[in-house]
This record gives sequence, structure tokens and C-alpha cells, in this order.
Amino acid sequence: MAVVDHGYTCVAHRCKDPAVPHSLCWGAMRLPRPRGPLSALTATSLISAVGPSTDRFLVELDGLAPSCDVIVNDDFQLSLWMLYELHYRGFDDVDPELEWDPRVLACRRLLERRFEHELRFRTEAPAQKARKQAHQVQNQQPADTLAQQLGWLIEHMEGPRLAPYLQREATREEMLEFLAVRSVYHLKESDPHSFVLPRLDGGAKVALAELQYDEYGAGRVPRLHQTLYGDALEAAGLDRSYGAYVEHTPGSTLATSNVMSLLCLHQRHRGAALGHLAAFEATSSAPCRKIAAGIDRLGFPDAVAAYWREHVEADAVHEQVAIRDLCGRLVTDAPRLHDDVLFGAACCLYLDALAATHLLDGWQAGRRTPVGAGR
Amino acid sequence: MTSPVRPGTGTPRGRSVQVEPCPEGPVLVRGAEVVLDADGHEHEVTRPVVALCTCGRTQRDPWCDGTHKFVRD
Repeated sequence: MAVVDHGYTCVAHRCKDPAVPHSLCWGAMRLPRPRGPLSALTATSLISAVGPSTDRFLVELDGLAPSCDVIVNDDFQLSLWMLYELHYRGFDDVDPELEWDPRVLACRRLLERRFEHELRFRTEAPAQKARKQAHQVQNQQPADTLAQQLGWLIEHMEGPRLAPYLQREATREEMLEFLAVRSVYHLKESDPHSFVLPRLDGGAKVALAELQYDEYGAGRVPRLHQTLYGDALEAAGLDRSYGAYVEHTPGSTLATSNVMSLLCLHQRHRGAALGHLAAFEATSSAPCRKIAAGIDRLGFPDAVAAYWREHVEADAVHEQVAIRDLCGRLVTDAPRLHDDVLFGAACCLYLDALAATHLLDGWQAGRRTPVGAGR
Repeated sequence: MTSPVRPGTGTPRGRSVQVEPCPEGPVLVRGAEVVLDADGHEHEVTRPVVALCTCGRTQRDPWCDGTHKFVRD
């Protein structure tokens, strides 16, 4: 494995100066350590003067073993995460001009094609079964048909019992690992979906804006959900810096974040982006209640569970708004996007289950990734 | 749904409380500032839209906590 040494050791800005507010640290992330030839190529491409070359990316992609599962592959998902992150907070050591560099976008497209192809293949069967649910009811409104099919997917693609495990059995170290790897998404919670707003019209746009306003604190800065998650990390003795735990995060969990960027950064995927959001919100409320109970059981400070408690109530609302108002209005106005919504929902459920399985299997096999907590 | 809701005094003139029942789910309420529960206690509305429990099983009364999905009568 050709790992490139960039001459620095930290994966994110570790601002230990208490005088500097955390809000000023967020942009100060550096490229993570590569985890294989593809992410090494990605990292060097982003910092070299030559820039990335699709030919070299193709060579590395072809070099992946036929048995390589790109959805859980650390090297692959980390590469994609780096390329997507240029559109969010960027990296201190990468020229921000590269965000819209055609060579970078062409390389990202190669990775996205592989990722999307796999997602289509793996969600085809459940999505097809969900579509058949509609034919059993006559004269149904498009929004009601969709709600029924989304409900079927959620019921039949339910993941392993991660939340009950965290509630009743997880050790303190396992809970910390869970909180740390989830930070890759929760510290930019809802940001991918803000890219979708200009791609919508009318009722669906109003519904998404209503959800985002709540996610972004409804006018109250301390209630910004990303900040609540940072507060939870800090109270647990973990690092709240953006991207601090990317190095610890398995490919399967990076994939749950990357899929949102894939769906939300492409206008053609707007239906799938909303389907993903609906499935995410509809499978959040009850698990969040269990996770909060597990955090209380382990005796963490109140601020750690506060984030999850907020989501019990918030996501009970968001579930209804996302399925009925957001996706329902979208397919009423644009019936051709119906299957896209189901695809996005199936992607969310499939990847969440996979990431949960990976964590649980790892813990069962005694694999733990110390996240260095316990302040 | 028994909880009375009070319109926000700070809302633009003519704006009313909007109530949207969800089939086999809660009632979504927009534009309210206060919700009164069955015991007459006031609950401040702090988000743009709230979901009021209609199944009576919530642990966060008067707000929905998603428990209705696990109730099979």
C-alpha cells in the first residue's frame, strides 16, 4: 500500500486555545491520512501543482480487486469524502479553486459512477417490491401511494438492532466510538440538503425550508443541531472539531455521509435526495430515544443525551413533514420522480443498516477503535 | 386531539393557526405559540411546526415522540 507522507500528523485542526471560539475552527481542517492507493492519489492530486488526472484515477480504480466492495471500502469512501468536502468546508492545505476544477470534478465523477452503480444494484430488489405495494389500492392519490411504499421500505429494510444495543449493553468505549464516527455527518447535519433547495419548486421547497429552519436552530444560534452535536461531543470528552474523527471512521459510515452528497449535489438526484431524507427522519425518533437512554445509563453528562432527546421530538415532526409534505408534494407535482424518491429512501435504509452491522460486528469480534476520550 | 392551541400574538395580522391531521399519526400545528395540555398546563412552542400526540402513548406529552408506530390496537 503506497501511503504518501504529507509531513503532518493531525487529521483536523486541533484548536486547543480556549480563547478561540469553536465556530472559528471549522474551516481549519487538513487532508486526512490516506488509507490506500486511491485516497493517496486523491490527497496528492489535491495538493500537487499538477492537479488530478482521470487517467491515474482510472488506473487505481481498475486496480481495485474484483471482490472489492466500494461501498464499505475505506480507501474508496475516504477518497470520495475528500472530493465532496471541497464543496462544504474545504481543507486548509487545498486550494479552494479546486472545488470547481474540471479535472477534480471528472475524477469525482469516476468514483461517483462506481458508487451509484453499486447502490442501484443493491436497492433494486426492495425498491421493486415497494413499487408493487401500490397496485393493491385503487384510485389512490400519488402522495398516499408514495407514503405507503415508503412505509413498506422502512418496515422491510430495517437495520440491525444498534439502538437497543446502545441503550442496554454498549460499554462506555463503544458509545464513545459511536458518537465519534457519527460526528462525520452530525457536525454538518442537514448541510447536504441545503444544496437541494434551489432545485425544488412550490410546495416541496416550502416543506424543505421548514425542515431546514428547524435543523438550523429556528433562529436561535445555540439550537443549531450541528452545535448541539458539538456540545454533546465536548461533554463526552471528545473532540468537537469538524472532521476530527474522519481517520477513525469506517468506510461504511463514510458512505452514509457520502451518499447524501451524491444525491444532494446533483440536480438529477433531487427526488432521491428527498427520499433519503424522508427515510432518515422516519427511522430516527425511536432510535434517538434509545440512544439517549443508553447515554444516561452510562452516566455521561446531560449535554451528551440532550442532542438525542432533541431529535426524539424534532424527528417525530420531521418524519411527517418529510413523507407527506416534502415527498408527497414532490410526486404530486412531478410524478416522474416517484421512483427516484424510492431509490433514495432505499439507499438510506441500506447504507444505515450496513454501517450499523459493521459497528456491531466489530464490537462483537472485539474490534474497537479507541477514540481517545475521557477528558 | 384535545389540546387547545393559541395563535401567536407576534404573528402577522390575519395569520391563523394551521392544523394538519396525519392519518394514523399526530396533528401538525403551525403558527401557534402555546399549547395547553389536558391538565391545563401551558407548553411553549419553540419550533416552526410541532406534532401533537393523538394516540395518548407519548412520553413527551403533548408532543408526539413517534410511539404511535409501535402501538397495535
